[in-house]
Amino acid sequence: MKRTLTLWVVTGILGFCIFPWYMTDSGFWSSQTLRDPLVMDSASGLVSIFYHDRWWLFLPLLSLIGVLLVQCLPLRPVLEARLIAGLAIFALSFCALQGLVISRSGPSVFPWLWGEAASSGQPGMGIGAGLFALSALFVLTSSVSHMGRGRGDAFVTGMIGLIVSLVVVFVFYPVLHILVQALQLPGGGYAFSVFASGFFASDIWDLSCLFGGNACGVAINSIFLAVSTGLGTTVLGLAFALFFTRTAFPAKKLLRVLTVIPIITPPFVIGLALILLFGRTGTITEFAADLFGVEKSRWLYGFWGIYFAQMLSFTPIAFLVLIGVVEGVSPSMEEASQTLDANRWQTFRFVSLPLMRPGLANAFLLGFIESLADFGNPLVLGGNYDVLSTEIYYAIVGSVADPARAAILAFTLLLLTLTAFIAQRTWLGKKSYATVTGKADSGQHAALSPMVKRFCYGITLPWAALTAIVYSMIVFGSFVKLWGYNHSFTTEHYVRAFGIDFSDGIRFVGAAWDSYFTTLTISTAAAPLTALIGLATAYLLVRQKFIGKSAFEFGTMLSFAIPGTVIGVSYIMAFNFPPIELTGTSVILIVVFVFRNMPVGVRGGVAAMSQLDKSLDEASLTLGANSFTTVRRVIAPLMGPAMLAALTYSFVRAITSVSAVIFLVSAKHNMATSFIVGRVENGEFGFAIAYSAVLIVTMLAAILGLQFLIGQRRLRRTNRVEGAVAA
Amino acid sequence: MNISEWKMSSEVKGAVEFRNVVKKYGSVVALKELTLRIEPKKLVTLLGPSGCGKTTTLRLIAGLESATTGSILIGGEDVTHLSATYRKVSMVFQSYALFPHMTVAENVSYGLTVKGTPKRAALEKAETGLSMVGLAGFGNRLPSELSGGQQQRVAVARAIVLEPEVLLLDEPLSNLDAKLRRHVREEIRQIQQDLGLTAVYVTHDQEEAMAVSDEIVVMKNAEIAQAGTPWDLYERPASAFIADFIGDANLVPCEIVGQNGNETSMRVRERLVSVPGVYDLVNEAQVVLRPHKISVGGTQTPGSFPAEVTYAAYLGNQIQYTVEGPLGHLFVTSEVTAKPARKGDSVFVNFDEQDLRLVA
Repeated sequence: MKRTLTLWVVTGILGFCIFPWYMTDSGFWSSQTLRDPLVMDSASGLVSIFYHDRWWLFLPLLSLIGVLLVQCLPLRPVLEARLIAGLAIFALSFCALQGLVISRSGPSVFPWLWGEAASSGQPGMGIGAGLFALSALFVLTSSVSHMGRGRGDAFVTGMIGLIVSLVVVFVFYPVLHILVQALQLPGGGYAFSVFASGFFASDIWDLSCLFGGNACGVAINSIFLAVSTGLGTTVLGLAFALFFTRTAFPAKKLLRVLTVIPIITPPFVIGLALILLFGRTGTITEFAADLFGVEKSRWLYGFWGIYFAQMLSFTPIAFLVLIGVVEGVSPSMEEASQTLDANRWQTFRFVSLPLMRPGLANAFLLGFIESLADFGNPLVLGGNYDVLSTEIYYAIVGSVADPARAAILAFTLLLLTLTAFIAQRTWLGKKSYATVTGKADSGQHAALSPMVKRFCYGITLPWAALTAIVYSMIVFGSFVKLWGYNHSFTTEHYVRAFGIDFSDGIRFVGAAWDSYFTTLTISTAAAPLTALIGLATAYLLVRQKFIGKSAFEFGTMLSFAIPGTVIGVSYIMAFNFPPIELTGTSVILIVVFVFRNMPVGVRGGVAAMSQLDKSLDEASLTLGANSFTTVRRVIAPLMGPAMLAALTYSFVRAITSVSAVIFLVSAKHNMATSFIVGRVENGEFGFAIAYSAVLIVTMLAAILGLQFLIGQRRLRRTNRVEGAVAA
Repeated sequence: MNISEWKMSSEVKGAVEFRNVVKKYGSVVALKELTLRIEPKKLVTLLGPSGCGKTTTLRLIAGLESATTGSILIGGEDVTHLSATYRKVSMVFQSYALFPHMTVAENVSYGLTVKGTPKRAALEKAETGLSMVGLAGFGNRLPSELSGGQQQRVAVARAIVLEPEVLLLDEPLSNLDAKLRRHVREEIRQIQQDLGLTAVYVTHDQEEAMAVSDEIVVMKNAEIAQAGTPWDLYERPASAFIADFIGDANLVPCEIVGQNGNETSMRVRERLVSVPGVYDLVNEAQVVLRPHKISVGGTQTPGSFPAEVTYAAYLGNQIQYTVEGPLGHLFVTSEVTAKPARKGDSVFVNFDEQDLRLVA
């Protein structure tokens, strides 16, 4: 174990002495460091100290060398570990501090202290600094493991340390920037009064629309919409869940597809299809006007339009939550109720429904959070109904950029989603009546009473029909010249987007190819990282005991509650300047996907890990394997299906995400969704819809491909596990 | 390596010692100041009702839990802060914990390969281990293709091929049906004695414990209630709890009247009896009456008590009665006779002084 520690110290020192400490023009790495090590821009840490007078970099180096010295001293192991941990903490915190204090424009605190060289500032941290910090981190975690914590396991403490640092740097640090920005005075300096006057302004919290006034504040609008959507999706989701589990409708499988497709649809596409159907020149609007003389209106562009689109978009999420809840109600409870002479309606009303109550509340809160965070639909359909997520966007990209207002709006939105998130966790976290015990629980679920059944059919069938129409519109709309005016068939949109010129080799001439390839590359890069971090976190949460575990869990799940727009704004505020300068790179896109989608990987991993008997790990440990070997040879092979599910999910989410991405794309790295939003804003609906259709097909292909793999694996695995556990 | 060489190399395997070990989960005390020594090459059973701390004790030896205070020694070496990976013990789990994605041979050789034994040698040794548990030739199967009893034996083979200093068994038979259980426990005992292994065995089944153990440690409420050979525990129970837990017992209150040299006399109801041995008890005590040591008859005999049969059940090899009388409720098992007593009959119960034991 001592060898690991020494190895990390040496890596850190090498990183310090050989690699470019700062970001270079070409990114993290520059061959110039080797050819001409003394050039300032690409100099290593060591060279920066001696040739460029950046003497403060000497301190972290010294502390790592100190670690080597301490290792040579004859000390008691625990004392030695404590000394090393102290030195590593110093190296890490000093590294962070000097990066934060000395920005591009020179030191922001105590300018006299840092000397001449500091006043010219320093660029963002590069590969050398990164390697150094990583090594210092692992020196710290291994020394902590030597202190007898974490059952003396350097692999586990290292993993905890790494995930905590990543979450701090890529979730907490940027969100903190929003707070700082919200407190900042226009001329510099900070004051709470600025924040208070901005936060309590009437354009955020105005309630006048309730009393016949013109318009409410954005926050009130958002809350009103979110409550409506939460309630609506919960009722619809429950109807669908009952429909699928408790009725014998023949074409269930076909309908099931319709409930899942919205999940792989980019968020604004539904809004777009609704415009084509119900907009001023929409098919149904025209139809109704011709037939019944209904006046064409702009009702779609406002609350009702967004509400409608969100209901279509988020009902599947509520359905997925509630189908588990409905199935979780133990059939024996319902049978007990019936043997006690309750009829079907009474059984449903007094037994099944109360048992589902925590699940229903959970579905409501999820719908509430999703609606608040939704960006695509309000952007397309918003009209004069302002909500927080789009207002943040306009505050950043509008004609008058106002980062302070964006920060305050983002803070407000964060406050709302976090409240819902914390309510969900504390209030509902442990309260589950789900009665799946693992014991064989035979028996039959009660059939629905005729009234409930009529209610379910009455809701789900028309809704399914509507979803089907919306999706066929997407296909149809991509093949007509100009929707609403000229409905002649054309492939023009596809050619313009995805044209390939074969005249001179293969040339991808279509306008969409660039962003399409970027999207695929970045999603493919982000998916395995997301799955890996998510499952590693799940492993720590389920299998390891350590101090501060619940805080750790909360921190890793937190990014689920942070709306995409907030993340986007916080990233441009945090990573546009040293010490970590990432805007405009593809790295920031990958990072944003990894940390936004991580919570789902964690959940999936926790669910899968909880089904693996803990004694499997323990058997491996008592047979002499260490944690790393156990993970590699026992846990990872058995987690295959969960791994693939996490991969699929993060891949799909990375492709469909728009809210965070729209702030972070650059001319060089444009993503499909933000490209499409640009087309929509130009009014090129045909093009946008054609591109969206291609995206949906791409994701379907990816999902089916991965499903195929999962299906294969699962078949092989189930027999084995069942056999081993039965008996 | 053949079996006899193996036996030789296991000569050095050592003892387990607990010195004032306390284990707490938050404020819940799972073990109160446990001090215990397990001799080499013995099979020692930790027995007790659920929640008594026996599994915690086993997991402390394995290194799967760490002691809150106190120290644990294996083979004379302090292992209190050593993690499970580095301890020379191996464990057979209640659920067997066979890796479902590996074949039987891969399972058995797993512990050897993770320690760097070349794959070939490891598989050879795994085959030796499998033949010891009577599963030679099953190496290429998956655990799911074996019966419960076979899976159990694979788990044993996987644990013993590592030549552990101590073999730990956590309720290894609880997933087997009753008939198979007796067979497998004989096998486990045989292997343990053949290899001269120190073994620590956890169970809540007192009959199983009696059948396999050199020594039994009965635990209750996070501490040791009594430790000793099966004979000691049955014949010399230290408390009413032990008397009742090891075999069935009727506990009848009695009054101690005096000590006569090497005998203690007391009064059970109106009958004066004396039992061998000097007990450190005053006035109030209880006598232990084993169910099969009570006779039920239709006629009065010297020292007998009248009673009424409130329950009678014919079990084939014996008859079980519950009788009610001056001695309280008594549970009695008696041999099948031509004319057994029936529910509601008035009978006389009697016992022999020699069969009485005295507990607090």
